Order: sequence, then structure tokens, then C-alpha cells
Amino acid sequence: MNNRPILLVEDNPDDVELTVMALKESKITNPVVVARNGVEALDYLFGTGSHAGRDVSLQPVVVLLDIKLPLLSGIDVLRRMREDDRTRRTPVVMLTSSDEREDIANTYDLGANSYVRKPVEFEGFVSAARQLGLYWTVLNEPPGAAR
Amino acid sequence: MPLRRLTIRQKLTGIAMLSSFTALVSASIAFLAYDLHSIRQSLARRILTDAQIVGFNSISPLVFNDAETAAATLNGLRAEPAIVAAIIRAQDSAAPFATYFRDGPPVPHPAFPAPAVLGPVFAADHLLVSEPIRFEGRPIGTLVIQADLAEIRNRQRRYAGIVVAVLAGSFVLALGISRLMEQSISRPIVRLADTARAVSAQKDYSVRAHGAGRDEVGLLIGTFNQMLDQIQRQDSDLKEAHADLERRVETRTRDLAAANKELEAFSYSVSHDLRAPLRAIDGFSKAVLTDYAPRLDDRGRHYLERVRAGTLRMSQLIDDLLGLARVSRRELVRKRADLSDIAGQVAAELRRRQPARKVQVKVQPGLVAEADPHLLAIVFENLMGNAWKFTGKREDARIEVGRQADGGAPAFYVRDNGAGFDMQYADKLFGAFQRLHAEADFEGTGIGLATVQRIVARHGGRIWAEGRVDEGATFYFTLERNP
Repeated sequence: MNNRPILLVEDNPDDVELTVMALKESKITNPVVVARNGVEALDYLFGTGSHAGRDVSLQPVVVLLDIKLPLLSGIDVLRRMREDDRTRRTPVVMLTSSDEREDIANTYDLGANSYVRKPVEFEGFVSAARQLGLYWTVLNEPPGAAR
Repeated sequence: MPLRRLTIRQKLTGIAMLSSFTALVSASIAFLAYDLHSIRQSLARRILTDAQIVGFNSISPLVFNDAETAAATLNGLRAEPAIVAAIIRAQDSAAPFATYFRDGPPVPHPAFPAPAVLGPVFAADHLLVSEPIRFEGRPIGTLVIQADLAEIRNRQRRYAGIVVAVLAGSFVLALGISRLMEQSISRPIVRLADTARAVSAQKDYSVRAHGAGRDEVGLLIGTFNQMLDQIQRQDSDLKEAHADLERRVETRTRDLAAANKELEAFSYSVSHDLRAPLRAIDGFSKAVLTDYAPRLDDRGRHYLERVRAGTLRMSQLIDDLLGLARVSRRELVRKRADLSDIAGQVAAELRRRQPARKVQVKVQPGLVAEADPHLLAIVFENLMGNAWKFTGKREDARIEVGRQADGGAPAFYVRDNGAGFDMQYADKLFGAFQRLHAEADFEGTGIGLATVQRIVARHGGRIWAEGRVDEGATFYFTLERNP
């Protein structure tokens, strides 16, 4: 089983805790790296700023990306990831509370792999996280794993 | 060329020419006629005088039967060139006593007609004068003189030449004069017509016609200019009003766009930010329920469950409100919508969600409308969802979807035999958050019918409802573009 980290880009500490809780409840054991805004997420992915010196050959197994973020929005982060060879194929799941049609269309156009609306009900959250985790960490062979 | 196709200048010239020509011709004819008459009279008088003199001088030759002297006397008539022939007859004798011929005796000898009357008689080409010759009161013979009319004809010819020359001269003169005169009338009229044409072609109401005299044309020009004043004033008023309207529309459009943008930002932020705390409330309540289960008694658990239920309800409210806002913002795309198909799909979805319910759903086939199919799906989801919900307490639940065509525009309807409502509150049905039933009896946020009404209104249609408590409700709606 792949044990590379999951990158969670989320500014709301409640949602961070709930997501971690839901992942744990779904028996997903990959370490979770949390970025509080878009800039921090890019720093982690490209080994810059506060993450300078990180081994960027180790890319996360999946990025759970909120849309509404301080500094750089999730859509901006997604665009930058898809422009860079190192992260072009990293799976990205848009994890957001919005179900605005425009957002969904935009993120798919930019190359998001999936779009999940965070349900209010915690059980729904857990089951969504479980499906996500299973899919991206177990069933889906990420592009980097072949090396 | 018909008269009305002539220009005013041509007409004026024509009138002047025609009247001067008519006057001149009638004057000439009158003068000619008078002259002809007087010249004939003077010729007749002259020949008569000659006849009287010769007749007197012929008395003694006749009495003494001296034909030679008579002929010599007649020969004296040579002094009058008009006289062609003269003859003396003795009384009661057919043969002539003496003759005279200006151009020699004709062959054969002309038969002098004996005029029926004495005195001068005009024929077509000659004049005959008969003079009785008397001696001591007794007629002893007759003298007949024939004169030709060459003199009169020559004179007539000369006169005709003069008349033609005078006519031609005066025609040219009249033409010149009338040209000068008609310009004073036609020039202002032509200028007025040019001005009117320019105004009409260029829509320039600032030009004015010039040259106002005191005559009728001057009056016409003055009135025309006044009319232009009024038109110019009205035109500028109209342009001003139009520009004002345009400005207002622009302002309103800008305001509307700003309001729309604000609404969009608002609903975006609602859908993101309002949901996050709800997730926290529900998620951590759930965490307390599971992680601290041993320390919670039944009441504690009940309270936490109520917190979670409230959270879910709030989440549903937010979703419904966003749906209502989205319905208003979404662009309306009209196409041929198969309403029977849409209603059928909604019914199937309702059965899928609650397979245990026994509900008889009847959808009239062939219901079509020019409408937005996506928005119409929301209409049927709400109306049929309501019907499904409010028949929940009946064993023989029935939902009917159809079209009613009697009188006026066709109205689509969704009918059920559920809880119904009191018609007294019918006007409250379509307001947001208005509910006619207790939450405990039938759940709901009270936003569905407001959403339906918004969709129907956006199609230009109308929605209304009929119902009776415990007997069911029918919701009608139309979708015309121009009701």
C-alpha cells in the first residue's frame, strides 16, 4: 500500500479537523499534510518558501483542494499545478462546500480529477472521504508510482 | 402633356400667352371684318356713281338711237380699272345696244345676266350694278356694269400679312414680358418647394424659406416657416426625451448589473461560508456522540441529536434559497419541452426515493410547451414533490398531471387528493417561507412554491391554485410569452 502523504489545502481549521477525522474513520492511514492557503500549497508542491529544501520528487498521492482560499484560490493553485511538469499528473480532488455550476465547469476544464461537495451531515462526509481515500490511495495507481 | 404636369412657370407663361394671343386675334378679326365691309361699301358706291353718270350720258344716244356715241360714252369707264364690262340695253330689247369690255370682247359673248334688283349686288367674285336709264320719267333702257373684286382681295391679302406680322411681333414681346412677370410669382414658390424638399430629405428643421412678400405666396412662406419652428421645437424635445430615456436605461442597466453581481457574490459566499460552520456543528456533535458516548445520558444524547437535526434543516434552507436565487439568475432558454416526459421522470424519481409509498400517478401524454426544460423540471419537482408529500397520509393517494384547455390559454396542472388547503390562504401559498402546514405534519422549507412562481413568471406565465382542506389541491400554470 502506498504511503505517500495526502495534501489537504484548507483554511478552515474545523474543516481540517473534520476531514482528518473522516479520513481516519475511513481507515485511511496516509499522513495528511495541511496547507492553510494557496501559497503554502504551492510552496509544499514545489519545495519553495517555508518548504524550501523538500524533496519534490515525493509528490502527494492526492491533493484535496478547497476552492475558496486566502491569497491564492484553489482554482489558481490547480492552474499552476497543471502548468508544471512535476505536478501535471498529480490527482486533484476539488473538495468544497460550493456546488456552483460555474465552479464545477471551471475546475474540470482546468484538469481537476474529481469534484466533491462537502456534505453538512458528518456521516455523508465520512462516506465521501472513504470513497475518495479508497479510490485515490488504493485502487488508483498514481502516475509517480511507476518509478 | 396633361396640364397638371406642367410647372408653375410654364402654366403662368401659358396663361399670359394665351390671353394676349386671344385678345390680339379677336381684335384683328373685328378690325378685318369692319375694313372688308367698308371697302365693299365704297366700291359699290363708286361703281354706282359711275353707273349714274354713264346712264345720264346715255339718254340722248338711246333717244336718237346713236349706238356709236353710246359705245364712246361707255368707253369712258376705262378710267375705273375695277370695271370689267358694261352693257346698255334698250327697253324691251334682248340684244345689247352698246357694250364695253376692259380686256377686249370675250369669245363667246357673255350673257349678261339681268339682275333681279336694281343697284349693286355682290356675287362670289364680282359686283353687278344695274342702273335704269330714264327720259322724261319713262324708262328707255338699262345700264349694267360688272366690276371684279381683285382690289378687295389684294387688300385682304395685305391685311392678313400685317396681322400675322403683328401677331408674331406681339407674341415675342408678350413672351418676354410674361417671363419677367412670372418670375416674381414663381421664383418664391420654387424656392419654397426646394426648401420643403431639403427639409424632408435631410430632416434638417433649422433651415427657413426666404423672400416673404405681402401676397399669398408670402403668407404661405410665413406659415411654412412657423410650421418649421414648431417641428424643430418638437423634434428637439423628442431628441432630448430620447437621450434622457437612453441615459436612464443606461443607469438602470448599470444598477441592475451591479445588483446582479452583488447577488451573485452574496449567494456564492452563502453557499461557501454559511455551510462551513454547519459542518463543524454537525461533525463535532457527532464526534461527541461517538467519542464520549459512555459519559452521555439519554437526555444529553437527545439534545445533541436535536442540534444535528437543526443543522440539517438549516442546510436544506440554504440549499433551497440558493436554488431560488439561481432560478432568477439563470438565462431562460426556450425550446420545445416535453412536459409529459419531464413529469414522468419526476414521478420515477419520487418512487425511487420512497418505494414503500403506493401512489397512483397519471400523466397526460403529449404535453409540450415552448419553455426552458431545465426550469420546467424544477417546477414539476416542486409541484409533484408537494403532491407526493401532502398525500402521505392517504391510502388511495392520487397525483394527476395534465392540461386544461377550456377557455383562454391552455393551463397545465398538477392535481392531488392530499391534505389540500383553505382557499382563504391561497394568496400566501407562493411567498417564500410561507407554510400552511405544521413542520411536524409535513416537512418543508416553504421555498419550493416561491421558486415555481419565479420560474412561471420568467416564462411570462401565471400560476394559481385551487384546494379544499382534506380533499386535495390543484396547481395551474401557463407559460405563454405574451399573456
